[in-house]
Amino acid sequence: MSFYKNVTAKPWEYSSPTLGTGPESAFASSSERIALTLFLVVVGVIFSLLAVSYYVRMELGDWVPMSDPSLLWVTTALLILSSVLFQLARNTAQGENFLKARKLFVGGGLFAIFFVIGQALAWQQLSSNGFDVANGPASAFFYLLTGLHVVHIVGGLWVWSKTTLRFFSQDDLTSVKHSVELCTTYWHFLLVLWVFIFAVLANT
Amino acid sequence: MAIAVALVLLVVGSVVFHFISPWWFTPIASNWGSIDFTINLTFWVTGAVFVIINLFMAYCVYRFRHKAGHKAVYEPENHKLEVGLSVVTAIGVIAMLAPGLFVWAQFVTPPDEATEYEVVGQQWQWSFRYPGNDGQLGTVDTRFISESNPFGINPEDPNGQDDILVKDPEMYLPVGKPVKALLRSKDVLHNYTVPQFRVKMDMVPGMVTYLWFTPTEVGRYDIMCEELCGIGHHVMRGRIVIAEQAEYDAWLSNQTTFAQLNARSDAAPAAGEAQYAVCASCHGQQAEGNPALNAPRLNGLQTWYLERQLKYYQLGVRGAHPDDLYGRQMAPMAGMLNSDEAIRNMAAYISQLAVTDAPDTISGDSARGMAIYNSNCAACHGNDGTGSWATDAPHIAGMSDWYVATQLTNFKAKIRGAHADDDYGEQMVSFATAMRNEQQMNDVIAYLNSLQ
Amino acid sequence: MAYVPLADQDKDHELHDPHTFITKYIWSQDHKVIAIQYGGTAICVGLVALVLSMMMRLQLGFPDSFTLIDPSSYYQAVTMHGMIMVVYLLTALFLGGFGNYLIPLMCGARDMVFPFLNMLSFWVYLLSVLILMSSFFVTGGPTGAGWTLYPPQTITPGTPGHDTGILLMLISLGVFIIAFTMGGLNYVTTVLQARAKGLTMMRLPLSVWGILVATILGLFAFPALLVSAIMMTFDLTLGTSFFMPAIMAAGEQLDYNGGSPILFQHLFWFFGHPEVYIVALPAFGLVSDVLSTHARKNIFGYRMMVWAIIAIGGLSFVVWAHHMYVSGMNPYFGFFFATTTLIIAVPTAMKVYNWVLTLWEGDIRLNTPMLFAIGFVFTFIHGGLTGLFLGNVVIDLPLSDTYFVVAHFHMVMGVSPVLVLFASLYHWYPKITGRMMNETLGKVHFWCTFLGTYAIYLPMHYLGFLGVPRRYYAMGSTDFIPESAQALNANITLAALFVAAAQILFFINIFWSLRNGKPSGNNPWGATSLEWQTTETPPKHGNWGPDLPVVHRWAYDYSVPGYPQDFIPQNVPGDFGVSEDHDHDTEMKEGPLAK
Repeated sequence: MSFYKNVTAKPWEYSSPTLGTGPESAFASSSERIALTLFLVVVGVIFSLLAVSYYVRMELGDWVPMSDPSLLWVTTALLILSSVLFQLARNTAQGENFLKARKLFVGGGLFAIFFVIGQALAWQQLSSNGFDVANGPASAFFYLLTGLHVVHIVGGLWVWSKTTLRFFSQDDLTSVKHSVELCTTYWHFLLVLWVFIFAVLANT
Repeated sequence: MAIAVALVLLVVGSVVFHFISPWWFTPIASNWGSIDFTINLTFWVTGAVFVIINLFMAYCVYRFRHKAGHKAVYEPENHKLEVGLSVVTAIGVIAMLAPGLFVWAQFVTPPDEATEYEVVGQQWQWSFRYPGNDGQLGTVDTRFISESNPFGINPEDPNGQDDILVKDPEMYLPVGKPVKALLRSKDVLHNYTVPQFRVKMDMVPGMVTYLWFTPTEVGRYDIMCEELCGIGHHVMRGRIVIAEQAEYDAWLSNQTTFAQLNARSDAAPAAGEAQYAVCASCHGQQAEGNPALNAPRLNGLQTWYLERQLKYYQLGVRGAHPDDLYGRQMAPMAGMLNSDEAIRNMAAYISQLAVTDAPDTISGDSARGMAIYNSNCAACHGNDGTGSWATDAPHIAGMSDWYVATQLTNFKAKIRGAHADDDYGEQMVSFATAMRNEQQMNDVIAYLNSLQ
Repeated sequence: MAYVPLADQDKDHELHDPHTFITKYIWSQDHKVIAIQYGGTAICVGLVALVLSMMMRLQLGFPDSFTLIDPSSYYQAVTMHGMIMVVYLLTALFLGGFGNYLIPLMCGARDMVFPFLNMLSFWVYLLSVLILMSSFFVTGGPTGAGWTLYPPQTITPGTPGHDTGILLMLISLGVFIIAFTMGGLNYVTTVLQARAKGLTMMRLPLSVWGILVATILGLFAFPALLVSAIMMTFDLTLGTSFFMPAIMAAGEQLDYNGGSPILFQHLFWFFGHPEVYIVALPAFGLVSDVLSTHARKNIFGYRMMVWAIIAIGGLSFVVWAHHMYVSGMNPYFGFFFATTTLIIAVPTAMKVYNWVLTLWEGDIRLNTPMLFAIGFVFTFIHGGLTGLFLGNVVIDLPLSDTYFVVAHFHMVMGVSPVLVLFASLYHWYPKITGRMMNETLGKVHFWCTFLGTYAIYLPMHYLGFLGVPRRYYAMGSTDFIPESAQALNANITLAALFVAAAQILFFINIFWSLRNGKPSGNNPWGATSLEWQTTETPPKHGNWGPDLPVVHRWAYDYSVPGYPQDFIPQNVPGDFGVSEDHDHDTEMKEGPLAK
């Protein structure tokens, strides 16, 4: 049903709800997926506002460009791998091959952990090069953006760990399958978000 | 039923209140009559809407109140009526917006002939800078700000040398000439407002904002800060005097330029020492004070504070109130210093005397005093009570405590600080109320005694 | 993809079934209990803010007689009053309280789609309130930076609570936003996905529409506050310079450089303006339903009302800088923002017209909720019209930061939403408790509140015209403020004390009626929407008994011609032949309003 048709309907006209069997839903996806999509939009708003702030702050005169640590290329690769594994896990789970899916799923999470460790190393590298958070606006934004992104990864890892436990206890694999799908979407989003952040930070 | 009557009465009452209210815009004193016009236009449009809709609603409530056997009419919508109302509303909105935007366009483009002056805001003082003969203001930077360069003028910039500095919350402008105010702040947000001129603008640290106007009426007006700037926000007051050109020129020529300020010779404490002999009879050889003679300790006070108070005594800003017994004794003494030079020498002499300790005569709960002091007093007088040139606050820790108590009582009773020219005293009149009773005052003084 | 919508699932399978007192009333996942927890907490914290406002009023009205408050605590009261009222009371009560209670019931669902998340949302909200309240007890007290928290002064020494108080405020806001997001995702998903069979979006009561759009606004607007709070926390604790330029404090140069206070203001108001509508839109929705029910008439122009809610919600994201006309931002922005701001007046005015036209040819029952609703329309017209002054950029020059602004926003987002809150509480109390509130007490409460608040805020506009600045601890001596302004201030304070005291009646009524109120039955007002069609009142866990309701009509079939009763509940089947009368616009001419 199109949104336009929806809002231009004359609701006082009588029509009996013969169509459809379930409750009225605006979208043919699960509630969890709707909520997740909405949440990702919220996260997107947060980082867009930070990116706007970044560009505004850049214009203010005391901006000293900062070269990003080269380690970021490695961590980017790690996150891509993580995302790929999640996607494979999703596809395998779709084919009901749960044992293999479990391995892939665990692997995806591990690579995300490696990514977090890599980011931590990058911070260490940066601060040993004399770029502390209070060093200048460029490094302040670097720590802020990468830090907030890591917070989101860690939040994802919490859900990942819960799903992994359910994978091992083997209960209700259909619902585990659904969780795997949601995790995969979340990871793809975080990868896109990371590429976006990286591009913003590279522009100093 | 009662609600219908109430709505009618409220509408009538609001209209009556509007017309009999003595509270309305101050008489305008600038060229911005067009702003007043826009306001009046908006008033008539919105006023009409207010009256019509509410009376209509009152009528509906009265006419269609529940009666036995009555049934409401079923009518989901009326497309034509809704479109019609939207169009009428849109026309009303345009009628108000268009003149507003037109006037705003004038406001954002100052005329070329407008002369510039600068307003500097800080917690919680105003100061002003005029460009001098070259018509150019020197560049400034926060890192140049110091006690001897409170405006932070770049000493290397030749344009800054002849800048006229007014480190006093009173400024002058000539009547009938368009002016452009350049606004900046040393610390937090402030706002430069003169209600009679209708225009205002925030002062933002790190940037320069502006507004322009042409003063049209000679007179003295209050400058208010209208952006919350900390606990002293309400006492950040200044004055602007709109004068005829000749009076303005005379005033301006009496002010000090940046170059003059820097070239000023050092004060001569030795010359002060000779004159101090008279003072010593009450205040003591070391200016340690003498409670028996109601003379406070003076050593340890900053030179600029001593200078200002001596000046105030001379001008009758302080020590003229009939209830200020000891202040009235001091006024003729201060009058014996016959020049600004003499005042400076005296202050310089006192400030280099060895610091003595005034005996404690007041006791109280210093922990409770600390809480009051830290939340209300420390912002100007500092956490350690030593005062600061930046906030024009004198050293108060460990000074003669009985004297501090007398002064606080005087501020509360408006015996001191109520004179129109005592801009700093006025701030204390407000902040002395932070000590609600004598006990709290003693607590604070006990805390001050503990700080020495 | 296979999924089973919540409402179709076996009741016992999905909904946890509470047995003990703790799971029923404390760690409850039932939306109705959570709603009451949210509402109760919000009202309690609102009472704190009310006391703070009384302290301010006593200082302003009788500056020399009362010594309750010193300059430092005055600014703390200003700040905490504002922040508590806007965020912790109004946002939480409308969305966490009414949103939680009404969405599943009005949508014909058994509960929110994520009951556990819903419960978590409340507890995290409570945590944010406790963090905020704790700032009253730390050294230096709560922040006194004004609810707008403008840097640099929020974190410089001239401001009360510039170290600990502000940090707790920022943390509390962050926690609140997390709570709100958990709740918000729930409300939106529930409305989108869990409506009863036959309940299309355009058949929803306007309450749901208002709450839905407000929640979406909140989800998109609160991130701006979160971002600015995080950046300010960095500036405060780590010494970064996001918002902090090179400045002095007490003669010393602080270790900041280059930041932009204006950037903070943009972020703050990108949140702050939608926040106004986060409060207003649920109020618009709720009052529409109260008006319609008690006028025994369909809400006039339902479709226009829905579109207006959506339009206002959308526009609210492009008007934020009208709070910053005199902030020193690029003055050319003024043209754009003045235009968008005045455009928003058109859909808002349409809503007002439609409320009043709902009364036209109605059969108006002047019950207590209706009185509050009519009172709302009056104060909202007043507050909306003064908004046209402030939105028009040049008029803002003399009026901004004066008492005119204070009067305006209290009228439009203080008094108006609060009147709707009362209307809604009197209206839905029977559903929540199964008992009616006392009408006499309710009416006395209405008259005191309605007339009293007008006596506070009408004169306050005139102080603003005079140029009396806001956020002044004391007026001191000025040349332009006459003595009579002080007398006016004293009278405003008396009115404020009177209104505050009158609220005691409300609380007496709430608690008295809990035991002694007349039993209400399931549908005391003869209302059409689903929440009144439950088989038990208050509704049991799961709301609907064994079968979910099926919806056959919109929520406003009042006084349908030819139908014996003057309302047809949404779940009653059968076409009564009204729709043909209004099938085409051409036939609208015959509508009674065209005559």
